[in-house]
Amino acid sequence: MISGAEALMRCFKEEKVDTIFGYPGGFIIPAFDALYSYQDVFKFILTRHEQGAIHAAQGYARVSGKPGLVMVTSGPAATNIVTGAADAMMDSTPLVIITGQSTVAQLGTDSFQETDVIGITQPVTKWSYQVRRAEDLPWAVARAFYIAREGRPGPVVLDISKDAQVQMLDFHYEPCRFIRSYQPYPQPDTSAMREAAALINAAERPLAVVGQGVQLGHAIQELYAFLEKADIPAASTLMGLSIMDENYPLNMGMVGMHGNVAPNRQTNACDVLIAIGMRFSDRVTGNIQSYAPQAKIIHLDIDPSEINKNVKVDVAIVADVKTSLPALTALVNKAKHQDWIASFAPYRQQEYDEVISKDLHPQHTALSMAEVLKCLSDTSGEKATLVADVGQNQMISARYFSASPQRQFIASGGLGTMGFGFPAAIGAALGNPEAETYAVCGDGGIQMTIQELGTILQYQMPVKLIILNNSYLGMVRQWQELFWQERYSSTPMVNPDFVKIAQAYGIAAASVEKRENLQAAIQEMVAHQGPYLLEVKVEQHGLVYPMIPAGSPISHIILGKDKA
Amino acid sequence: MEKKLYTVTVYSENQVGLLNQVTIVFTRRQVNIESLTVSRSAIPGVHKFTITAETDEDTISKIVRQIERRIDILKAFYYTDDEIIFQEVALYKVSTETLLDNNEVEKMVRKYNARILEVTRDYSVIEQSGHTEEIEALYEELKPSGILQFVRSGRVAITKSIEEKVSAFLEEVEARRCGSEEML
Repeated sequence: MISGAEALMRCFKEEKVDTIFGYPGGFIIPAFDALYSYQDVFKFILTRHEQGAIHAAQGYARVSGKPGLVMVTSGPAATNIVTGAADAMMDSTPLVIITGQSTVAQLGTDSFQETDVIGITQPVTKWSYQVRRAEDLPWAVARAFYIAREGRPGPVVLDISKDAQVQMLDFHYEPCRFIRSYQPYPQPDTSAMREAAALINAAERPLAVVGQGVQLGHAIQELYAFLEKADIPAASTLMGLSIMDENYPLNMGMVGMHGNVAPNRQTNACDVLIAIGMRFSDRVTGNIQSYAPQAKIIHLDIDPSEINKNVKVDVAIVADVKTSLPALTALVNKAKHQDWIASFAPYRQQEYDEVISKDLHPQHTALSMAEVLKCLSDTSGEKATLVADVGQNQMISARYFSASPQRQFIASGGLGTMGFGFPAAIGAALGNPEAETYAVCGDGGIQMTIQELGTILQYQMPVKLIILNNSYLGMVRQWQELFWQERYSSTPMVNPDFVKIAQAYGIAAASVEKRENLQAAIQEMVAHQGPYLLEVKVEQHGLVYPMIPAGSPISHIILGKDKA
Repeated sequence: MEKKLYTVTVYSENQVGLLNQVTIVFTRRQVNIESLTVSRSAIPGVHKFTITAETDEDTISKIVRQIERRIDILKAFYYTDDEIIFQEVALYKVSTETLLDNNEVEKMVRKYNARILEVTRDYSVIEQSGHTEEIEALYEELKPSGILQFVRSGRVAITKSIEEKVSAFLEEVEARRCGSEEML
């Protein structure tokens, strides 16, 4: 017989866990006590806040493909992980979140640090379950890992009462391979497949829009084979940026609110739109009525509830793209769409002339955010992870960091969680230690989770933090400038000396403001062994273009202020 | 889109907290649940929710898919009234004095095929099952005589298909289970 807490550790070992993120507290002490004997087995990362722990676990999961494991206590710790759970749910990130819970006898009595974790987390998790008896632990943990990982991934909460941690049980572990009520890998419908192939074979102007599903399904080669056989130009969503190399000939760039002009314009010119592992987020579609009204739409997705949720589609293929893409490729004819592919070029040129060249070669003395990101992109290594925070820094990173499967771009896409970037980078550095890891944050977002500098200090993690400091909450300021008559309500920020903060944590740091010093500063940061903070003071009133205003048709692209 | 009353049937495993998982899907889409009944189904271990809500087909179809997405839900369906056989039950409490002094009540009981469950010195309980309209009609007729208490159940409904509609799904799933065991 072993204790529930000991059983929990053995379950983790069975699931080949190597890293745990978390924070101890009253009702999870038994589990942390068991962890004490497993220090050689698991690397435990003590963050400085539970939100930091869950974002770190997200970063870890996003680069490694394995479920991120979080272990925190009850009550306030459990409520502190809610943001990360909601974020992981939106962005399909596999997480197993262990929360401690009061004794069973105290449940529902408003006892100290007791809260209704199941009630709070059910709406923002894939599965949420309370374990009240030690004997249920192996079953529940096996199920949790299975649910988090299989099919469309997502976060799972196991709320483990103190009783279940201290009671004794006969341990026997059986990994979960089947849940009657959950079909993670639906089989594609062959007649839908034939209909899709017929549409693609008849298409003159097909366009593929590629989302994170291709990455989650490990179907990058399958995607290339499909696109190349039928000669289909492809765009990616923000979440799908790491799938196609920037220089891949069929890659037409990013769609969406701050995406590239060419794929946004051509979405409304294509005759068949093939959506692959993406969910038609409103940031991608703009006004839904005017989204590709001329096109036949084919939707490949693993989650049946995504079909017709936002955009009505003509053909739906519900399956893992790893299965459906090769099957579809076999049915489509070899084709050539030279003229159609060439038609993207003028838009690309227009964007370069009217946006990119201005971003990269500004007329004013202040640095633009784009200059910084372009320099970082050019200076960083072949294997690199860029974790962006949320806001202008995120959009500029998406636009100017050249991403690929070896150079992953990671950001909070669906939930848009400020404060995500820095802790997620800590997890990403652990999940993919071979890659250089950069966190790109604004002066606002970094201060939401800046306490994680303590985590970097404790574990000496080689995370490079770039703060794009414009002394504003820049994205909201941008909306205020463009749509709210320049009424800058609560967006100017008085900031601390970030370099001194880093120094207090013993972290190497520098600040740069002048163009002539930028490249050397970035080179020094890249070359530095160990953690580093680089503050870049950028233009205060920088704007991210192109921009499709929220709710506008995607054809309404603003390229610059004079054109607004 | 045209709004009408839809009946949703949800088949689930018997797990704690499932009701919340089902109802939050309605809440998020701002659809009011008109009635809700939970019971066992004809399949051992499988529970069945019968929910009615007034909305349009686009919304109800999305709600059903999002309910089905929850891990412990086996399957969910939605129906219009012509696709199902359904019933509700209501209890009306009236004063026994009214019942004795007024032969209208007896006529009504006969007319609506209702029955009298209990008669005490002070009150009597009438039970009526049928569609909402029939229950409401009896309510309106009894009202002048004075109704002391009233309650109506949620709708229960079965489909016009022969077996539980989830049966075919469960067979498929069993085949999958065997497949997954062979792989080991």
